[in-house]
Amino acid sequence: MPRLLSSPHGARLNRTDWQMLQVILALVPGLIAMIYYFGWGVLINALLASFFAVAFESAVLYLRGRPILPTIRDLSAVVTALLFALAVPPTLPWWLTLLGIFFAIVIVKQLYGGLGYNPFNPAMAAYVFLLVSYPLAMTNWLPPAVPELLQAKDLVSLSFWDSLRLIFTGELPPHLSWDAVSAATPLDEMFTKLDQDIMISEIRQSPLWGDFGGKGWEWVDNWFLLGGLFLLWRKVIRWRIPVAMLLGILIPAGLFWLYDPQVFPFPAFHVFAGGTMLGAFFIATDPVTASTTPKGQLIYGAAIGLLVFIIRHWGGYPDAVAFSVLLMNIAVPTIDQYTQPRVFGHPSDSGRGQG
Amino acid sequence: MHSARIRTQLRRPLWRFHGGLHIPDEKGLSRNACIQDAKLPKQLILPLQQHIGAAAKPLVQVGEQVYTGQKIAEAQGYVSAPVHASSSGTVVAIEKHPIPHPSGLSAPCICIETDGKDTWGERPPELLDYRNLDPSEIRARIRWAGVVGMGGAAFPTSVKLNPGSDQNIHTLIVNGAECEPYITCDDRLMREQAGRILQGVRILRYLLDVKRCLIGVEDNKPEALEALRLALAESDLKGHTEIVSIPTLYPSGGEKQLIKILTGKEVPSHGIPAQIGIVCQNVGTVAAIADAVLEGKPLISRIVTLTGRGIAQPQNFSVRIGTPFSDLLEQAGGLRSEGAKLIIGGPMMGFVIQDPRVPVTKATNCLLALTPEESPDPDPPRPCIRCGACMAVCPMNLLPQQLYWYARAKDLDKVQDYHLFDCIECGCCALVCPSHIPLVHYYRYAKTESWAREQEKRKAEHARRRHEAKEARLAKLEAERKAKLRKKKAALAKQGTGAAEDPKKAAIEAAKRRVAEKKAARAKQGVVPKNTRNLNPAQQRQIEAAEARRQPMRSETQRERE
Repeated sequence: MPRLLSSPHGARLNRTDWQMLQVILALVPGLIAMIYYFGWGVLINALLASFFAVAFESAVLYLRGRPILPTIRDLSAVVTALLFALAVPPTLPWWLTLLGIFFAIVIVKQLYGGLGYNPFNPAMAAYVFLLVSYPLAMTNWLPPAVPELLQAKDLVSLSFWDSLRLIFTGELPPHLSWDAVSAATPLDEMFTKLDQDIMISEIRQSPLWGDFGGKGWEWVDNWFLLGGLFLLWRKVIRWRIPVAMLLGILIPAGLFWLYDPQVFPFPAFHVFAGGTMLGAFFIATDPVTASTTPKGQLIYGAAIGLLVFIIRHWGGYPDAVAFSVLLMNIAVPTIDQYTQPRVFGHPSDSGRGQG
Repeated sequence: MHSARIRTQLRRPLWRFHGGLHIPDEKGLSRNACIQDAKLPKQLILPLQQHIGAAAKPLVQVGEQVYTGQKIAEAQGYVSAPVHASSSGTVVAIEKHPIPHPSGLSAPCICIETDGKDTWGERPPELLDYRNLDPSEIRARIRWAGVVGMGGAAFPTSVKLNPGSDQNIHTLIVNGAECEPYITCDDRLMREQAGRILQGVRILRYLLDVKRCLIGVEDNKPEALEALRLALAESDLKGHTEIVSIPTLYPSGGEKQLIKILTGKEVPSHGIPAQIGIVCQNVGTVAAIADAVLEGKPLISRIVTLTGRGIAQPQNFSVRIGTPFSDLLEQAGGLRSEGAKLIIGGPMMGFVIQDPRVPVTKATNCLLALTPEESPDPDPPRPCIRCGACMAVCPMNLLPQQLYWYARAKDLDKVQDYHLFDCIECGCCALVCPSHIPLVHYYRYAKTESWAREQEKRKAEHARRRHEAKEARLAKLEAERKAKLRKKKAALAKQGTGAAEDPKKAAIEAAKRRVAEKKAARAKQGVVPKNTRNLNPAQQRQIEAAEARRQPMRSETQRERE
């Protein structure tokens, strides 16, 4: 094959696989925090998901007759797998991880043409697919390993072998019951109680709560925030989507909280609960499925934030990041069309797309 | 003392353009090498087209003796430039020869075997009192000298200096940014010949009648800035000329970018700087203008940087135009390694040449020999992940990721909706692309395809118009013929009601009547036809012979009838 000798001739400054590697590195603090609070199930899920993702991607690439190793090396399958594993409960049976990853990699990613061509975020599509199909297994969360909380509620954490057994056989150790090991997520707790017309001051009496979100949970979000700041510093992601998304949650949450603080939780609760930080810095920023214009990214991020707030308060599911991201994925082509920046030397209104 | 002045002048407000890239400038390799005269080559190869526009037409013939500075090819048309002999010698060929072109193309060149004497031919007078001349006379001199934009575009300078009386030109911008990495020819020119540049500025100021002149230089060239400032301090241009240090950021030397940095104004899309009252010239061009006007010297040499880690001794040469690169490489100590990539121009916008015998042209500023470490072959491209890194660095504020998408899909309408033709091919997008997609290559492809399609469309349109015109002409002829016929018929119909139906028949009838009347009148007078009486024997024989010949024919026709 003749060499393509087109300018520029200097060494390229960036590589997809380096970027993906940095995303993986940025996930590590949050991953460790989740393992710390929710046990080995998180790690087992992450490893299982990564293995399945690489296996499915290789298989499809083989079937499509594409080079396998160079594509696998871009690490995008591993990133998808990790995001999926961090979003699902640490008790998820192995075959649901298999099913989820199959849906993410084969259906959502490769059937659309592979990396760069998928309109939907694969990890989130798989998460929603499982949440809709297996709602019980997908909401079976463990309590965070915070001693005072475990004592107060008389709960126990699972050991490594217990987690392994649970994931692969679906069975708890004989001396434990589901009631003894599982707990609602802070978001679940908050909105279930709100639906029962319990006031927030009362809800927050529970030992579950920390400063803003749930104990343990808010620290996980802190670590994801740290990873997100690392990505910002490394310029792997840009500020627009995460900032817009966080503001998209904070502003309506703040306004409603001012209106009635007993029915609408303090705005920071939304940010430090559930998948907000993971969503803002790692999921909504997935470049393939996000808006690509500067103005569009602001709209895209803000709309996700707003949808998260709306779905959490008035929707059927306690967490809403996955739904919001997928909904806005659909809107991306339209957003991009109407938010083209003004090109140098053009009058200020001609940058808009026509038709 | 000088630094204080620099500080006061830094206060001038500067604007910035979107994007741009900080890349290692690599100018250290050659920036301290003084300009040296390159040796006269044995053979000069002078392409007839070294500029944008029509190729020049040769004025000499093979075998002819030419002198240094002699015009050997004449401009053809308005947007064109003449070519002069860079040294004295004999024209040995006018033929196709490889030229510096991305495609490795050959083009018509005049080849001169130099005699080594470098004898100057006749030179036009020095126009030292150009202030008493009409601007058009100065322009004519610049046009005669074959000066073209020496920053790389090679647009005929005399055309650029004639923006038309409807444009109110108020600012001259002299481009000394030299933002491409490695290249140092303008840096050396400014450091060593700042006075010559300012003389050119003075000429242009008179020629264009501008209020102010800004000389923009990137701040990674402090010596050049200082040299220009010193020269300015000694000149009479202080009142209206300013040396402006601009932040080093690729591609601030792009004409549109430099204008934006210095004035905050944007050249309209598809427009020229004159539309916003600005004319922009490269420092090398300005120096060449000074030579042409003040010394009557045509453009026969230029400064060329030979650099890159593949070259033994990086140099800045003053080179006669037409000198083959192989000659220069030799004088720079040759190539260090075999695998070096030879590039004409800078690493961001230059192009690779395969044949080092191609000549230096008016637009050549640099020859790079890059080692594989400096210029590794890019990996096979991966799919675009729409990360937008390209968009963040695009100095034209385009959406390169979308352009790529549509260029790849060959959607030429969409790619133009995304303003493909505003792309200046600076290469920033491709350099930062994590998927290593040769983006600029795709844009060039889409541009070429669009031009081809445009041409195709024009041709089709032309053919369609011609066809329609032909149809209309035929229809008109047909209509005319029919109208004539109708008229005739109408006229006949009018006559037919009175006399016989057919005028011919009537005439025949009339003639018959006249003959019968004549016969009758003669018979009355006793005159009978006499041509069968009083025949002599010879006539009688002839008649009989004729009768005999007729007989069988008659009987034959008789039989046939029966």
